[in-house]
Amino acid sequence: MKILDSTFALSEKTLALRSQRMEILSRNIANADTPNYKAQDLDFRRVLSSTQTNAELKATHAGHINRSDSFSGADLVYTVPFNSSVDGNTVEMSVEQAKYGKAAADYQATLRFLEGEMSGIRKALRGE
Amino acid sequence: MSINNIMGIAGSAMNAQMVRMNTSASNMANSGTVAGSQEEAYKAKRPVFEALLSEEQTNLRAPVVGGVKISELMKDNTPNSSVFDPGNPSANEDGMVFLSNVNEVVEMVDMLAAARSYQNNVEVISTAKQLMMKTLDLTKV
Repeated sequence: MKILDSTFALSEKTLALRSQRMEILSRNIANADTPNYKAQDLDFRRVLSSTQTNAELKATHAGHINRSDSFSGADLVYTVPFNSSVDGNTVEMSVEQAKYGKAAADYQATLRFLEGEMSGIRKALRGE
Repeated sequence: MSINNIMGIAGSAMNAQMVRMNTSASNMANSGTVAGSQEEAYKAKRPVFEALLSEEQTNLRAPVVGGVKISELMKDNTPNSSVFDPGNPSANEDGMVFLSNVNEVVEMVDMLAAARSYQNNVEVISTAKQLMMKTLDLTKV
């Protein structure tokens, strides 16, 4: 079904990216007390440009796994802390909590868009 | 799926914080322990956290890359203080006993910090779980 693919493709990829960002932020929160741990974040601009320049591996065989919807290590950036700590850890808990909350809200927004698209198609199928 | 990874990562952190809390409890329980020499006297123990950066570091097949583990239990090398107590059965020939080097105030603060970090990870899991349930609701007609 080409129409379904083209309708849901954007929201699907966005949803994957949003949940991956939440994973990165949860790593930071988990390592809040680890000495010398450097907090990371996903650079949305960089992910966007890498998907637009088509720089992904071609799947020329049915057995090849296409990993184009997952981010690579190059999209991860280290966050610069507002205050440095003695043990070399750059996680600032309140900053990370705020980021995680916003990422969760972003995820829900994408989910809402996807729901809208699905209900549109459902209505079309029912002929309402 | 990333949300499953969040559960694993936050779970590993909760595990590590629980070990930290247990270490504090053990230190506080042994704060009154006395011994006959500096070497035998109780030394406070401190867990050292380490980030799990790759698949090789995890001994389970669970998705916990990016999580945290306890790399070692370090001994606090603060010198133990000694008191003159010749009536104590573990006193040495000079009548001295060596106390533990546990600082109860430090342990209390460490335990509170561990509890707060644990709560943070519980919040992370509960948010991830809510989002997972909302995503599952997409399948409802």
